[in-house]
Amino acid sequence: MAIEIPAMTTDQEKQAPLQPGLKTQPKQTDTPAPSSAATAVTVRDLSVFFGTNHVLQGVSLNIQARAVTAIIGPSGCGKSTFLRSLNRMHELVPEARMTGQIRLFGEDIYARDVEPVIVRRRVGMVFQKSNPFPTMSIADNVTVGLRLNGVHNRAALGELTEKSLRMAALWDEVKDRLHAPALSLSGGQQQRLCIARALAVQPEVLLMDEPASALDPIATAKIEDLILELKKEFTIVIVTHNMQQAARISEYTAFFYLGELIEFDSTRKIFTNPSKKQTEDYVTGRFG
Amino acid sequence: MAPTNHQWRKLKNLLVQSVTCACALLVIAPLALVFFHLARSGVGSVNLDFFTHLPKPVGEVGGGMANAIVGTFVLLGVAALIGVPVGVLGGVFLSEYGSSKLNWWIRFAADILNGVPSIIWGIVVYALVVMPMKTFSAWAGGTVLGLIMIPLIMRTTEEVLLLVPNGYREAALALGITQWRMIVQIVVRTALKGIITGILLALARVSGETAPLLFTAFGNRFWNHNLSDPIATLPLQIFSYAISPYDEWHRQAWAGALVLLLLITAINVSVRLLTRDRFSRHGH
Repeated sequence: MAIEIPAMTTDQEKQAPLQPGLKTQPKQTDTPAPSSAATAVTVRDLSVFFGTNHVLQGVSLNIQARAVTAIIGPSGCGKSTFLRSLNRMHELVPEARMTGQIRLFGEDIYARDVEPVIVRRRVGMVFQKSNPFPTMSIADNVTVGLRLNGVHNRAALGELTEKSLRMAALWDEVKDRLHAPALSLSGGQQQRLCIARALAVQPEVLLMDEPASALDPIATAKIEDLILELKKEFTIVIVTHNMQQAARISEYTAFFYLGELIEFDSTRKIFTNPSKKQTEDYVTGRFG
Repeated sequence: MAPTNHQWRKLKNLLVQSVTCACALLVIAPLALVFFHLARSGVGSVNLDFFTHLPKPVGEVGGGMANAIVGTFVLLGVAALIGVPVGVLGGVFLSEYGSSKLNWWIRFAADILNGVPSIIWGIVVYALVVMPMKTFSAWAGGTVLGLIMIPLIMRTTEEVLLLVPNGYREAALALGITQWRMIVQIVVRTALKGIITGILLALARVSGETAPLLFTAFGNRFWNHNLSDPIATLPLQIFSYAISPYDEWHRQAWAGALVLLLLITAINVSVRLLTRDRFSRHGH
């Protein structure tokens, strides 16, 4: 890659032996079996509390690298909390605490000497409501993560702007007005800009919290196409309320209910032949 | 019976509408009266000399308030030096860092300070600055105005920062941006117009203060060449001219009042211009 944030370089060196050929390994074209693919994130016995509220209870699962993992479940089941615990964003809630372990390519992201800031550079996030920074242009929004982390090489930033916007399938629509305000874009374009912004810091994992739920069907289809494209290079975890969406774009699906992981398997299995009654009831629309 | 009932209702509605409208218009009336009266009494003495000359001794016609006009801006500068950094940074703390319990006490204190009569600020600064320095001074006057500005700016800064949607903070943190950079480059930048508005309104508010300056800045009939010496300001000059027995000084006081009012109006108009597109989307 052309540019690295200094801290990220060391991280990637550290994880190099545990992540053989993440950048060089051939593209996976079909769904790999859970056992055969590289594991990006290992979650072991994760519990999250907000004050006395036990939001997640003993969740364990492996998130596969370069695949899409969908998190489904009814409102309040802990989906978003699970997603946010993967880049320590849940810590923004003052009374949050967690037990258990989360490893990112083998490295404990909750180890005492690991700063949340470093974790978040490696695990990017896209939110439900698109939130490009209103005071910045389209180009500045893309590069903000690097600029505010000390990268000021104009040529490199320009190159990265194009690369990230191309990856987010937005380049052709905005290349002639990179310095226009970000808020001049449509809602769907703004969300793809947020994806480009997250990609620009070159994360290894991309978390998406209902990224298309506020968009119209055409914009949603574009985001879904984009996710299918991005999984060739990134590990994607997506929370969605839309089960058709989970079925369309994900290889693996985790079903959460009342703070517990009920079932985690390949998406095909979850939607055609789930092992648990609760999962079947949910995916067939009998509750939730 | 039904039609009369209906007409009676319409009449009642009209009545209430006219009474509330009249009360609302009463807000405009005093402003119009003040402007009209000041313009009529003061405009005759507002000329180039008024802006460029020192006051003339008693008995001589003419002269101006150049020293008081400059002094007003000097004091506002000193006040901003104290009030802006403390107020803005305090507001940032309230909005971005503080715990809810501590914040409650700070807000409570700021609200009480906002209600403290300005003359009490004057007494405090007299004891803290004037007595140790053994002289009235621009420093003391600026300190009073700065202290009055702190709680005003702190609360408005906090309020406009709280208006910045949390999504921006989360987006910045999720990019691995540190909290202080997020606050300075994203949150404060997004709310900058609102913060500047708060600062300007605080400046407008203190630019007319008179009472606390009587025994801090004290006033001066000549140029101030040293911030450790007494300094003239428009409100002080108006005060001392208005209570004098001389017609010429009365005319000067009217002129000073008109200039002061125009100055404050100018600040308010610039606030309006600044906030005009605050909520509109950029670039359309």
